[in-house]
Amino acid sequence: MEISEKEIIRLQKKAVDIRKKIIELTVIAGGGHLGGALSMTDIVVALYYHFMKYDPKNPRWPERDRFILSKGHGALCLCPVLADVGFYPEELMNNFNGLDSPFGMHPDMNKIPGIEMSTGSLGHGLSVSVGAAIAGKLDHGNWRIFCLLGDGELNEGMVWEAAMAASHFKLGNLVAIVDRNKFSLDGPTEEVMSLEPLAEKWKAFGWNVMEIDGHNMREILQALHSLPSPDSEKPTCIIAHTIKGKGVSFMENRAEWHYGGLDENKAAEVIRELEMAYPKEA
Amino acid sequence: MPQGFTFNVFDVDRFATREMYGKVLAELGQRNKNIVVLTADLMRSNKTGDFAKVCPDRFFNFGIAEQNMMAAAAGLAVNGKIPYVSTYAVFASLRCAEQVRTDIAYPKLNVRIVSSHSGLSMGNGGTTHHATEDIAIMRSMANMTVLVPADANECAKAVVESIDYSGPIYIRLGRGAEPIVYKTDFPFRIGKANIVREGKDVSVIACGICVMASIKAARKLEQEGISVRIIDMHTIKPLDKETIVQAAQETGNILTVEEHNIIGGLGSAVAEVLAEEHLNVRFRRLGIPDIYSTIGQPDDLYHRYGLDEEGVYRAIKALILNN
Repeated sequence: MEISEKEIIRLQKKAVDIRKKIIELTVIAGGGHLGGALSMTDIVVALYYHFMKYDPKNPRWPERDRFILSKGHGALCLCPVLADVGFYPEELMNNFNGLDSPFGMHPDMNKIPGIEMSTGSLGHGLSVSVGAAIAGKLDHGNWRIFCLLGDGELNEGMVWEAAMAASHFKLGNLVAIVDRNKFSLDGPTEEVMSLEPLAEKWKAFGWNVMEIDGHNMREILQALHSLPSPDSEKPTCIIAHTIKGKGVSFMENRAEWHYGGLDENKAAEVIRELEMAYPKEA
Repeated sequence: MPQGFTFNVFDVDRFATREMYGKVLAELGQRNKNIVVLTADLMRSNKTGDFAKVCPDRFFNFGIAEQNMMAAAAGLAVNGKIPYVSTYAVFASLRCAEQVRTDIAYPKLNVRIVSSHSGLSMGNGGTTHHATEDIAIMRSMANMTVLVPADANECAKAVVESIDYSGPIYIRLGRGAEPIVYKTDFPFRIGKANIVREGKDVSVIACGICVMASIKAARKLEQEGISVRIIDMHTIKPLDKETIVQAAQETGNILTVEEHNIIGGLGSAVAEVLAEEHLNVRFRRLGIPDIYSTIGQPDDLYHRYGLDEEGVYRAIKALILNN
């Protein structure tokens, strides 16, 4: 599929907007999982502003594509996206992390419209997605389940139980996207608990595997447009190579920015740096 | 026995509890297309295979991977299905505790966890296969309803009631050799205990297989002039406080009997009510005395831990005589 330069630029701009919102929310929230929120942004933007079908006025529309954030600590990125596309007003997030706020570190499906499943405990999302995908197959639904996983959470054994089940049950409507930013809380994944050879693992479990640059909008879109149809029989894993803390020079590839806080001055400095990444008009 | 099934109350003596579960599920599954059944390589043991025969497209064997199965049930429930998830009680409660709590109870999803082989019913399987903590674990989860049917008939009623019930349910079944308590039709409502025998000197509050042992002990005590009320507390949560308070006020002495650790289960739940309602009655908990149960045949184990007729008889006497 041919994707226009204009569309790429629209999405790249949107990704900068979302990264700025992540920084603004971090100030409101008093801290957040910045590294992983910034690494997943381009993927989430491609899904919500270009590829997935959904209706913000009818969050449970049966024919929607489902997005399950297995790396629940990425709520800092997902929640501003859901506000921006119309699930709820942005002002609702003004009390992020505050007492009785619908918005905290991890998303709650019963408090936030558009959240498909409450997540936060790592390793659960792909199993829940397997259940959703089976429901899709039973209903002959023409929709997909996208499950975004952190790479560190692939240490969890349950992920591989789910990987086994997804190919066994022939869930071609299931797409796992791994935010391969190569760091977990304590440090580089290959030092904490090595994952490589990662693509071979997914292949051995019976999945289609694609490897892309998770910050190259064109590559992300091409991967999404090349997905097999929902009625196919093989699940797909997209390993998206990303940079933890992407877009903020002092955060990139730094495990200490897995979680962090920013005061208003520092945030303003970060936002100035992010704005320099706005693409030039074609 | 619920109405409208191809088998009736007279067949019950032929069915073990888990056989009844399999048959009820198979019939309900043909009527309600949203029912899906999940098991973890135990369809031949827990009788979910009966459902698989008649509704093969809605039966999913997850292999020996209970955590994945439990979370997948959540994904099915989010998308409008009514999953019945079955494995041994020890795995449903302990191995999957976090999946049940975080993926099912917290989002309040309509998943029905029907465990089999609870308590000591796995006998010579030993401690790895005895489930003596499951009631405590499940009842400590907000949103969770906990049911412990006394026999195959009550199991059938519990499963039928569970279909349209809102929120997650844990149904605790034994291995299936349970004697029949309910030989004629009886009322069953989640959250409302059944008084299966009237009495005025002492109340025994029991659940599961211990209900029948308690009835037998009561019959024996009747001959000695002691009148024992037997309460089948089939719903551990939400607990029927009213029936407990009434029993305490009317009979004074209260004994709880359960095939579970005395910590955290039915006995603890009843104790909480008695204490908070300022009911100063003689009270004892009969159950597994906070140890890991030994190896043996189930009946030998029930005898060892005092959960048979003789054990309940002795416990009631001790309670009344206060020794």
